[in-house]
Amino acid sequence: MNAPIQVLYFAWLRERVGRSAEDVALPDGVRTVGALMAWLRKRGDGYAAAFGAENKIRCAVNQEFGGPETPVKPGDEVAFFPPVTGG
Amino acid sequence: MAKVRVQTEDFDVGAEFAALTAGRTDIGGIGCFVGTVRGNAVGPALEALELEQYPGMTLRMLEKIATEAERRWELLGCTVIHRHGRMALGENIVLVLAASAHRAAALEATSFLIDWLKTKAPFWKKEHFSSGATQWVDAKDSDDAAAARWEKAGV
Repeated sequence: MNAPIQVLYFAWLRERVGRSAEDVALPDGVRTVGALMAWLRKRGDGYAAAFGAENKIRCAVNQEFGGPETPVKPGDEVAFFPPVTGG
Repeated sequence: MAKVRVQTEDFDVGAEFAALTAGRTDIGGIGCFVGTVRGNAVGPALEALELEQYPGMTLRMLEKIATEAERRWELLGCTVIHRHGRMALGENIVLVLAASAHRAAALEATSFLIDWLKTKAPFWKKEHFSSGATQWVDAKDSDDAAAARWEKAGV
């Protein structure tokens, strides 16, 4: 059994999904952030709302910014969030 | 080595200045930027700003950005403090101090630090209005442009 990935959600993605973090067993065939997003989008209404605006979503894998092509493997921490607005 | 902190409590600009310069006689100039919560000039009355962060990654990114500033300019000291949580109008959000022998490095490094921080540190602002309504702040293209000018100016 492979280690699950930890998926984190921030800002309005967190509000739409309805949680800030969850452990997910990496689905068969999902090897990139883009594929993970496509899989998450089908998990329910909240996920569909959160992941609908694809061009407004940024991600990080193991706390490094990534993109749709970034690889995801068991045990990774994958975060989804809107473009940052600090400072 | 830069001093980088992420915290909920306010910071004291004077105390940070003193800590940066204590016992130093080689510093010739200090650049300073303090970001504060601004009320809305138009639209619904803003009551407070809430800053959400990605715990752990924010500190890592701020440290990376400070290290990059130290690589590009000859800094004699650098302080970056960013708050998270709820802040009322007029409260401090972020402090950047950059000390150098001469003003150009101090001012340019300060500008670089805040420009990069705004587009690379994982913080998100939510506006709380007097009506009780809330709204996430959208990222600005002008912030991306400000950050991008430092990409071209690579050393």
